[in-house]
Amino acid sequence: MRTMKLKLHVWRQENRNSQGRMETYTIEGVNEHMSFLEMLDVLNEKLIKEGKEPVAFDHDCREGICGSCGMVINGRAHGPWYKTTTCQLHMREFKDGDEIYIEPFRASAFPVIKDLVVDRSAFDRIIQAGGYVSVNTGGVPDANAIPIGKETADQAFEAATCIGCGACVATCKNASAMLFVSAKISHLGLLPQGQPERMQRVLDMVAQMDKEGFGNCTNTGACEVECPKGISLVNIARMNYDYFKAQLKK
Amino acid sequence: MAKLESKIPEGDISTKWSKHKSKIKIVAPHNKRKYKILVIGSGLAGASAAASLAELGYNVHCFCYQDSPRRAHSIAAQGGINAAKNYRNDGDSVFRLFYDTIKGGDFRAREANVHRLAEVSVNIIDQCVAQGVPFAREYGGLLDNRSFGGTQVSRTFYAAGQTGQQLLIGAYQALSRQINMGTVKMHARKELLEIVIIDGKAKGIITRDLENGKIERHFGHAVVLATGGYGNVFYLSTNAKNSNATAIFRAYKKGACFGNPCFTQIHPTCIPVSGDYQSKLTLMSESLRNDGRVWVPKNKDDKRAPNQIPEEERDYYLERRYPAFGNLVPRDVASRAAKERCDAGYGVGQSKMAVYLDFASAIMRYGRIEANKQKLDNPSDADIKRLGKGIIKEKYGNLFEMYEKITDENPYEVPMRIYPAVHYTMGGLWVDYNLMTTIPGLYALGEANFSDHGANRLGASALMQGLADGYFVIPYTIGDYLADEPTTEITTDHPAFIDAENAVRNRISKLLSINGTKTVDEFHRALGKIMWDYCGMARNKEGLEYARKEIQKLREEFWREVKVLGKNETFNQSLEKAGRVADFLELGELMVIDALHRNESCGGHFREEYQTPEGEALRDDDNYCYAAAWEYAGDNNDPILNKEPLTFEYVKLTQRSYK
Ligand code: SF4
Ligand code: FES
Repeated sequence: MRTMKLKLHVWRQENRNSQGRMETYTIEGVNEHMSFLEMLDVLNEKLIKEGKEPVAFDHDCREGICGSCGMVINGRAHGPWYKTTTCQLHMREFKDGDEIYIEPFRASAFPVIKDLVVDRSAFDRIIQAGGYVSVNTGGVPDANAIPIGKETADQAFEAATCIGCGACVATCKNASAMLFVSAKISHLGLLPQGQPERMQRVLDMVAQMDKEGFGNCTNTGACEVECPKGISLVNIARMNYDYFKAQLKK
Repeated sequence: MAKLESKIPEGDISTKWSKHKSKIKIVAPHNKRKYKILVIGSGLAGASAAASLAELGYNVHCFCYQDSPRRAHSIAAQGGINAAKNYRNDGDSVFRLFYDTIKGGDFRAREANVHRLAEVSVNIIDQCVAQGVPFAREYGGLLDNRSFGGTQVSRTFYAAGQTGQQLLIGAYQALSRQINMGTVKMHARKELLEIVIIDGKAKGIITRDLENGKIERHFGHAVVLATGGYGNVFYLSTNAKNSNATAIFRAYKKGACFGNPCFTQIHPTCIPVSGDYQSKLTLMSESLRNDGRVWVPKNKDDKRAPNQIPEEERDYYLERRYPAFGNLVPRDVASRAAKERCDAGYGVGQSKMAVYLDFASAIMRYGRIEANKQKLDNPSDADIKRLGKGIIKEKYGNLFEMYEKITDENPYEVPMRIYPAVHYTMGGLWVDYNLMTTIPGLYALGEANFSDHGANRLGASALMQGLADGYFVIPYTIGDYLADEPTTEITTDHPAFIDAENAVRNRISKLLSINGTKTVDEFHRALGKIMWDYCGMARNKEGLEYARKEIQKLREEFWREVKVLGKNETFNQSLEKAGRVADFLELGELMVIDALHRNESCGGHFREEYQTPEGEALRDDDNYCYAAAWEYAGDNNDPILNKEPLTFEYVKLTQRSYK
């Protein structure tokens, strides 16, 4: 088992309105089997003992599914591992003496709340604008009354695995939310259940996305590379197709 | 003494629910919007309840501590959701699902509730499909199923290893639709810290805004708790880091009885602990036991790599001990069997506290089927293996990836190492048939209540229960209470609101003023260790008595030595944790008291003194065939035990056997 000493540069910011700054901490005895967040836990325990406020960061499931965690690690959203959330990154990636830069997901639509914690409620508002099938509880047909080909079901499932973490926005130079929005458009648009509202949905969700202040997509593809769930750019193409069609129909 | 009125409807079990629905009071449509309902929690139970109640016309407010309702811990459920659809034509039925659940719970659940759960299970699948939940399909376009532990039929619907995520997103979308229509007001990043009781009824809550510390009062005609379980009492569990018991524990301290607090589920297949910095444990879905075979070496201290150990020197102990169910025995049975082997010295890995879960034979089996399908002539072993891996990847790909990220080992090549870990709590607030606690107007749904799983929950039943309670039970039963309540709102200047707010403020000031020497996590880890060692997979009188004293000491030390920095008025995660751990320190003791009083073994509650000669749980139906509902009696008194006798009219009380 390897242990290491690291120098951490961490973004500290009191609240929404205050100025932030990078602070430097050294930490010793980091075990290679630790997760990245466990390393931050160790840092926080040390800070508390020294009477300093611990570093705030969002996290919950710590198994890559809830989408709470997210930080920019050495310039990359969720750090260096491919298809991996921050909570699943492990310290064996690093070596003794490394310096690590840790910053929040930055975008004007994601204001910093404290340290590494940002406000991603814009994502919720985009879903609220139309990211659903309008059915009430009860009175629906038998589940097998709607056969769906395996391939279609699998494609819809893949789009639906988006965890709403916001790495796609944080990594995009335009802070575009297209990958996130298109994942939902695809998930529902591919399925028969999503057809009746398909055109209205894309118009409403895109309008909300613009209203929230996310930037435009210029097809750099950076989002796909950093997305921890491997959400594909194909979804953006599908969404653009639907969007133009819906506009023509308007 | 609290009065436990279970309100089980009369009549034959198969008609109880439908008759009850047609008989209970309902609120007229034009009156519904005059009733404000507070739903706490936005997981499967909370989100589905909030959305369905709003669709009916109620004025709903929904609260969650996360930054978005989509992050509730239901999202992490992997394997699947049960429903008695009998799409496989393999003899499944509502009765069989009911029977399996009662038996799986080792006869410590209420028959009427469980039967209702089995009945509505079929509606859940229809509902989710209509919402666009992308369940796994067969090539013909119909829904696919897999098998789970404790059953001999295939009734589990799934979406790869992310079923919880897909179901929660479905409920979240339904909730989002209502938020958009203005029928639900969502309060994210707000945590319930107190429940307000007026004239004996739940009439509101006090919350803390986690971003700025604002303490708020909220009135509601009814309060619905859907806040999940309390596995985090153990510090290390598969629960999300922030999952907590504060809402249900505040309810307990306000007079709601706590049902069977010691019934904890230790899940057999989790990634073992790797070091003392460990912050949480990760589950490997039970669905893996469909295809994985569990084994340890036959020889103690076998130092060989698993692939070097020949077949005849392996002990497939589940297949050996339980030939009828094999690797698919219920969770409590599988967990104890793993512990037994490791305690006897046959464990594997560095810590020796692990067993193998091996996919090698499944890979070859699937590979051969695939080779046949593809009409390959004389496929080589390597070809078969490659094809088989592809199938396994399709079924469990995300789980295998997760395993590899955590352990740095490739489970397609070497068997997984697994060990049991705390996963779920069957105990929770005692509720009647309408899901109401012993406080009128206060409801508990999903894992937060005690009702459906007895002493052991079967796999793929948690998602089923959360959604049953939220989509199909509470929307009916809440009307029975509200119909008699005045529509007028009580002002939040009422003395009960002021008192509750003051209690919250005092507690926060106290936590911030101690400024001791130990962090909140240090206390939490210490509590977790006591609980795991003495109130975990095996318990005995002596250990439990010792644990109770240790917890009391730890609690006393906590209120003297805890160090919480910062202020209330900021985003303060240490303060959040401190409040939750303070409650765990009391709840842990209640769990121990319950475990100590139950002089029998049943399901996940295994008292070493009470076992059969083969080491199976030995129930005592003459003396303990009841649900224990504990009533708070003040900080300096022992809680009062109330008993709800359980009667079994439709499933005969027998010793559970999976042999
Ligand atoms: S598309 Fe990927 S990066 Fe963007 S929110 Fe979804 S999971 Fe995160
Ligand atoms: S903490 Fe849930 S995805 Fe990282």
